[in-house]
Amino acid sequence: METTVDARGLSCPQPVLMTLDELKKTTAAEIVVLVDTEASKENVSRAVESQGWKVLNITEEEDSYRLEIHRG
Amino acid sequence: MKNVFVTRWGIIGVGGFIGVIAALLQYWGNPGNMGICVACFVRDITGALGLHRAGVVQYLRPEIIGFVIGSLAAALIFKEFRPRGGSAPIVRFVLGVFAMIGALVFLGCPWRAMLRLAGGDGNAILGIIGLIAGIWIGTRFLKNGYTLGRTHKFSSAAGWILPVIFAGFFLLMLLSPQSEGMAKSGVLLYSLKGPGAMHAPVIVSIVVGLIIGFIAQRSRFCTMGAFRDLILFKQIHLFSGVIALVITAFITNFFLGQFHPGFEGQPVAHTLHFWNALGMVLAGLAFALAGGCPGRQLFLSGEGDADAAIFVIGMVAGAAFSHNFGLASSPNGLGPHGIAVVVIGLAVCMVIGFTMKQRQ
Repeated sequence: METTVDARGLSCPQPVLMTLDELKKTTAAEIVVLVDTEASKENVSRAVESQGWKVLNITEEEDSYRLEIHRG
Repeated sequence: MKNVFVTRWGIIGVGGFIGVIAALLQYWGNPGNMGICVACFVRDITGALGLHRAGVVQYLRPEIIGFVIGSLAAALIFKEFRPRGGSAPIVRFVLGVFAMIGALVFLGCPWRAMLRLAGGDGNAILGIIGLIAGIWIGTRFLKNGYTLGRTHKFSSAAGWILPVIFAGFFLLMLLSPQSEGMAKSGVLLYSLKGPGAMHAPVIVSIVVGLIIGFIAQRSRFCTMGAFRDLILFKQIHLFSGVIALVITAFITNFFLGQFHPGFEGQPVAHTLHFWNALGMVLAGLAFALAGGCPGRQLFLSGEGDADAAIFVIGMVAGAAFSHNFGLASSPNGLGPHGIAVVVIGLAVCMVIGFTMKQRQ
């Protein structure tokens, strides 16, 4: 079961805070983050990359974005 | 399509552009070190509508209308118009009220704090220290789980309401233009003296506002987020935009002869250091708890965020209270009830910060 951070409907900086918290806790090599605004998508991408993780894939679902993030 | 505005150079370009344009707006007629001030200009709009009766600050600032409509245009073109809301609107309203009240104790929003600094006003340093302190307090709440909860998707009409209201205000202005020496035209009030009487030509103000609204929506420019992200994540992305703004505004001011270093006699400013700082602690905390500086709240309103729109309406109410109740400062010093309201505002924001948490 992959770890999913559901930050849909939350405004900045909460999606970033939730994602960074998860990165600290997790032992998994991949997590999924769900957001629903462009700004959150950009902010989460920027933040995880500064932590040495990589955004492998972004898929647009109905009214939200699914970010697949891998340990760098 | 790749959005160049969200790159490092994109945000620096946007901040730098705003800095130059703000200094030029002052050159073209806007008040001193107030080429753009979101708080002051919303306050002026409140006055133009007659919701407060401070005769020196009544003018329906087209820049603010341009911010909302420009952002709306960008959001529509790039398919980012997402009508949404329902995240603790009453709390956002109250935060908007106290953000405005705090800003008017200092006499400026974060944008103007930067422009005052770039114009040589040393008092701005105290305001900026207060702003950072207020945002820092906000980040402590965020770290401890503060949240206003999730937004919900709304149908289209809800996202259009604030842009349509503001477009309507601009239409009123076109129907009731300022006439020389008259304090009233149609239903709108126009200052005959004071900062409200100082403004760039309407066409310049609205065009500049539209351009800034457009590029700010694309770049997510935010003066509160700049410091918040620096404190929370040691991230300098948004901060680099604000620094660019200060530098280009300073250079432009310097060459236009608008740079006058000092503390005394600065335009639309007072020298009460402690209250300059504490007013901005209140504003900074309210902005941090609401998730955006006043400019960002206007841009979010343009892209359909009804919660940001509620914050904007809160700022209008805050401006009305500020001048009706004698809370706002003036170049002569604090308003008669300025101290009381800063204390009350800080207490209210702290209670909001401690109590608004996700239910487990």
